[in-house]
Amino acid sequence: MKLFGPHEKVLAASRTVWDQSFTAMAEKYPNVIAMTADLSRSICTETFRKKVPDRFFNCGIAEQNMIGMAAGLALCGKIPYCTTFAPFASMRSGEQFRTDACYMGLNVRVIASYGGIPIAGPSHAGLEDAGIIRSFPGATVVSPSDLGMISKIFEASVDYAGPMYIRLGVGINEVYLYDGNYEFKIGKAIKARHGSDATIISFGMILQQALEAALELEQEGIDVGLLDMPTLKPLDREAVLEAARDTGKIVTMEDHSIYNGLGSAISEVLAESGVPCKFKRLGIPDLYPSYGAQEKLRNKYGYGYAAAVEAIKGML
Amino acid sequence: MADKATMERLRDKVYEYRKDILQLCYKAKGMHVGGDLSCAEVIVTLYEYVMRIDPQNPSWEDRDRFVISKGHGGAALYLVMAMRGYFGKEELLATYKGHETRFGMHPCKTLCPELDSSSGSLGHGLPIATGMALAGRLNKKSYRTFCMVGDGEMMEGAIWEAAMAAAHYKLGSLIVILDRNRLCLDGFTEEIMGVEPVAGKWQAFGWNAIVIDGNNLKEVMDVFDHLPVPESGVPTAIISQTVKGKGVSFMENNPAYHHAVINDEQFRQAIEEIEAAYQQTKGGAKA
Repeated sequence: MKLFGPHEKVLAASRTVWDQSFTAMAEKYPNVIAMTADLSRSICTETFRKKVPDRFFNCGIAEQNMIGMAAGLALCGKIPYCTTFAPFASMRSGEQFRTDACYMGLNVRVIASYGGIPIAGPSHAGLEDAGIIRSFPGATVVSPSDLGMISKIFEASVDYAGPMYIRLGVGINEVYLYDGNYEFKIGKAIKARHGSDATIISFGMILQQALEAALELEQEGIDVGLLDMPTLKPLDREAVLEAARDTGKIVTMEDHSIYNGLGSAISEVLAESGVPCKFKRLGIPDLYPSYGAQEKLRNKYGYGYAAAVEAIKGML
Repeated sequence: MADKATMERLRDKVYEYRKDILQLCYKAKGMHVGGDLSCAEVIVTLYEYVMRIDPQNPSWEDRDRFVISKGHGGAALYLVMAMRGYFGKEELLATYKGHETRFGMHPCKTLCPELDSSSGSLGHGLPIATGMALAGRLNKKSYRTFCMVGDGEMMEGAIWEAAMAAAHYKLGSLIVILDRNRLCLDGFTEEIMGVEPVAGKWQAFGWNAIVIDGNNLKEVMDVFDHLPVPESGVPTAIISQTVKGKGVSFMENNPAYHHAVINDEQFRQAIEEIEAAYQQTKGGAKA
């Protein structure tokens, strides 16, 4: 497995990547259904709609019914993938996902885009979504940390038993970081980079910021490991504890509220483990963010790569 | 067709159902008894006469589906399923609402896999039933999906999201039975949040709406005998006008019996009334 550096990272339009990956998977598996709440042109399922029209259902602007219908389809053996924005997926139809899909343990997949701070503003921003869904018994929460991982998640999701919340980023400046030559397993962390002085654990597309922080610290002779955590739930506790034992210093990074997301999940593991470890959470603070580009707002709110560099230096 | 013998058989089943519902309510020290009594004729007719089901094979792929969207009517569903032999009525009577039971107040498919779906949170059942009907078409199955919706449940927005989708996707195999007993938990629907015109609303959403007296067994049988074929492409809403607490004088149209505990004396009186009414109908049928 190779991790591309920032100077060689490969840009692509993430929505196109996911549309193509999803369509390729759906063509292979006849029980896969695509549903959307009038967001087919935003969270692209256009290729799917054109190639597999009889398995594409636009539910209109009605997220609750979409997830309820998905539960009904799943009760009859289908594997529905429902697309909408993260705040709608986790809150507007959050109860349907909990009480219909999770309570019955159904193979409903929610694909939530705009995880983080999208240009559209807080009404459309997935700030709390992963934390909300994480608290539903039986739910699995996954987020790709680079574009290549999207197809790996889709492949892994087809045979996966139970409901899944697949959290996509905001869809801007997303890149290929991995060369693709690695095994992806739901519930398993990926040791993206070895390091002995400290570990950054990240959730989602913010991995590229974690990588930049590690490379900057490397210039100063500080050896930082990267533990990529695409699955927030079930959490790979062993990998967290191993990082705590090996480096004794952990910083978490996520495009999510500082509450209830990755940082909270990791702190729960550490606090109960008895393993001594310095610890810092970086994420969206307890506020409704401004409009603007996510990359600039990460810096404004102190959870981007510069904040990670500072946090790690503070621990040494 | 609704011949005399079938009708008499169903009449007897409805009588048995009402007595067992009261027994459950009495034993469990509290139940949503009013709504279980209002939907008696419909739910008994569905399970005893209409639906294509195999109690020995509850997950048969070709079976008709039933979702009780008014999930607080769980006891009504358990009871008709027990009457058909999905599980023993003794088990149901002994364990309903008990500690660690699989027959809880609101139905849980995980604990009771014989069910077609869990339900409880209002407004959730119809979207699920809509998905089942759509899956039937995709899987090239000829089953129907029946969904019982409460009239108070019409206040939930998700019901109308599903109503719109079912009409849009031309799900003629989807049948809603709206138990129009005119009461929700706090009182009469028209005082809490008006839902009228009921039939007009379903028609406006593109449904075939049929109004019946849902406590009249003959009308109930007739409406199911003459359902439009699924290929009609139009979902059907049967507006089943009923009386909440039907058959027990002190429960009828009384908001206190949405969920209630009944004491020894009330139980005795309720059973007496049900028996007297049954004897009268039976006598009338013989004459």
